Amino acid sequence: MATYSCDLLIVGGGGAGLRASIAAAEARPDLDVAVVSKVYPMRSHTVAAEGGAAAVIKDTDSLEAHAYDTVSGADWLCDQDVVEAFVNEAPREMVQLEHWGCPWSREPDGSVAVRPFGGMKVSRTWFAADKTGFHMLHSLFQTSLKYKSVKRYDEWFVTRLLVDDGRCAGVVAVEIATGEIHSIMAKAVILCTGGCGKIFPFTTNANIKNGDGMALAYRAGAPLKDMEFVQYHPTGLPATGILITEATRAEGGWLVNKDGYRYLQDYALGTPEPKPVHRTMELGPRDRLSQAFIKEQERGRTLEGPYGHYVNLDIRHIGEAVIDKKLPFVRELCLKYANLDPVHEVIPVRPVVHYIMGGVHTDIHGATPIAGLYAAGEVACVSLNGANRLGSNSLTECLVFGARAGLAAAEFVDGAAPAGAAIEAQARDEEQRLRALMAKTDGTERIADLRSEMQSTMEESAGIYRAGDTLAAGGETLGRLRQHARHLKLEDRSSTFNTEFISALELDYMLELAEVILRSAVERTESRGAHQRIDFPARDDDKFLAHSLAYRADDGSARIEYLPVTITQWPPGARVYGKQ
Amino acid sequence: MAETLRLEVSRYRPEEDSEPTLQSYDVLLDALNHVKNEIDGSLTFRWSCRMGVCGSCGMMANGEPKLTCAVPLTDYDPAQPIRIEPLQFFPVVRDLVIDMSSFLEKLSNVKPWIIRDDVEATEAVEFKQTPAELDAYKQFSMCINCMLCYSACPVIGLEPEFSGPAAIALAQRYNLDSRDKGKEERMDVLDAHEGLWGCTYFGECTKVCPKNVDPAGAIQLYKMASATDYLKSLLLPWGSK
Repeated sequence: MATYSCDLLIVGGGGAGLRASIAAAEARPDLDVAVVSKVYPMRSHTVAAEGGAAAVIKDTDSLEAHAYDTVSGADWLCDQDVVEAFVNEAPREMVQLEHWGCPWSREPDGSVAVRPFGGMKVSRTWFAADKTGFHMLHSLFQTSLKYKSVKRYDEWFVTRLLVDDGRCAGVVAVEIATGEIHSIMAKAVILCTGGCGKIFPFTTNANIKNGDGMALAYRAGAPLKDMEFVQYHPTGLPATGILITEATRAEGGWLVNKDGYRYLQDYALGTPEPKPVHRTMELGPRDRLSQAFIKEQERGRTLEGPYGHYVNLDIRHIGEAVIDKKLPFVRELCLKYANLDPVHEVIPVRPVVHYIMGGVHTDIHGATPIAGLYAAGEVACVSLNGANRLGSNSLTECLVFGARAGLAAAEFVDGAAPAGAAIEAQARDEEQRLRALMAKTDGTERIADLRSEMQSTMEESAGIYRAGDTLAAGGETLGRLRQHARHLKLEDRSSTFNTEFISALELDYMLELAEVILRSAVERTESRGAHQRIDFPARDDDKFLAHSLAYRADDGSARIEYLPVTITQWPPGARVYGKQ
Repeated sequence: MAETLRLEVSRYRPEEDSEPTLQSYDVLLDALNHVKNEIDGSLTFRWSCRMGVCGSCGMMANGEPKLTCAVPLTDYDPAQPIRIEPLQFFPVVRDLVIDMSSFLEKLSNVKPWIIRDDVEATEAVEFKQTPAELDAYKQFSMCINCMLCYSACPVIGLEPEFSGPAAIALAQRYNLDSRDKGKEERMDVLDAHEGLWGCTYFGECTKVCPKNVDPAGAIQLYKMASATDYLKSLLLPWGSK
């Protein structure tokens, strides 16, 4: 077991991780910064984000308006000091990325163009056609190459955080290409591993989104916050779950049921107009649109195809010229993965798991309760998104809180005490655990089978609408799956690029997180944002204007506590959408 | 579509095989995942987004570089096996996984970032860039680093040190960006290697690009700029740059 060391280690090389690495490298060129990622950074899932990134830049807009949209979109479960910091720092971060070369779409005068987005009352979403995440990620990655103090460990998979005496001092990781197990010691660690959509069967998320960082932090004793809040994006392609961006609706697309009727008008989202209206109809928030789909399905007004119920997204009236200029990727995706041309045909869509509002509990600087451990981006829950994230806030979140965590961690490095004596022993224990797992030959359970059963269990019990009994039943099934997962059948005996072994570790992470999601959902006996309990249909501010915090108990189960939300300027109110 | 498809997959297990071998399976990325999930968990390949944007899953299919998540099986004759191999001209790590570390080095070498020294002064506001200025480089910014163009490039096959199509396209992406002032620095890097002049504009790289980037065009642009600089340096030695 080789031991490497650095001052600051960032786990994950997507939007948040790269932004953190650059922030730290710029602030402190004297520090050894390292990025460890299970994929080459440009493969990170930030690459798949399409619609845009929100930040106030136009004279018609205000920080107050961005904050209010975010708070109401979050059904008041966000921390308002965090929201204020976010909207304040968003414009500067976006301009910074512009200076780093991001190819933002432009107005004729050369200024950055903005588009409307769901739940936002002013157009403030910057975009690079409909490949915003791709361009942001590549701009960040290519820019990061100029910082020679940043070392990369590409295609290394982190299996454990080394924590002694309440302080994080590094990680153990498998070098995928060789199967060798290494420890990387660090004075501070930032988790930027993204979300966990692959816990569900039907998701926009890439194969690599397994909640790695969440599981690592949870096992190390950090609480996971608001994990019951899972976002269904209203428009995914039925067969594959491939995302059809909200920008389709921002540019004027309509959602219609089997009768060609714009059904959202029946669900308190305002009245239809030919042109898009902010915070109205198709530009409502994602939680409300996905819930409207289920209601529409219950009324028998959706269509049914080989991949289940769906509605149609109609962008034909936008016209070929605008589609090719602003939505070229949507056209490409439809042609390749749905065998249709949206210039001439409607696009079948249905709600699809897209994002988790919950994650590793952090403060406004990205610090977790474990000293020296930070988190930013989707893996974290800094409490910006509350019960429902607004589209185009998450890319900006990666920048604002990636930079914040990078700076805070760089500062922590200076005062960091030497790692505790137990760290080396922990690393050796982890090595032995991994070797035992690699050597296992008596397993009977196929990874793909268990993964698939976990996914369908989660959809059935913790989908768009939930109930106490179905959540409990899901919990029982998961318990059984976790037992079976101890006897995985591993066929790949090679130490070279053993993806099956990595999949086994990822499944182990996901099973643990699935249970945390269910447990958190059982305990929240109210309905708020993306967490809708049919047995508790009302929002309950008296009891639940609070974040859930899931701690891992000694027996492996989740223990839930609550932490009040921070209110600064906007007392809880009704979420009102539709033209007023 | 046919009920069954036959895949021929090139396997290479460094511990067991002295050289890559072929095995047949009963059924492009979906097919490979079917094999991995249901038949042989040891089949090894990279993939992630399954929507043609992360660039992980490039392989040779019937001898042509393809992004396997973006090629429908209906493109192939169901009566014939589809032969899947790792991208050519790269060292093979295992099965369908190639070692692409050489590209990361080449990419770094061309300085793929905005170079200008007056950023501080304008920190608070965006640089203006008109839609026409954006269009001047936009297509080169679409590169997903999937490595298909390297696998199609006859020069890379002969001269592995050649910066290659994607790295040169990305150098041009910055050279053509109205916000950048680093063209001279990048030219020095590209001039340092002869490989570029070996490119005879077959345009194979452009043909295989799944994102319609034109690396061959980027290389031609560069050669013209470089030749002009060279002529100027001969004719106007007091001020070639």
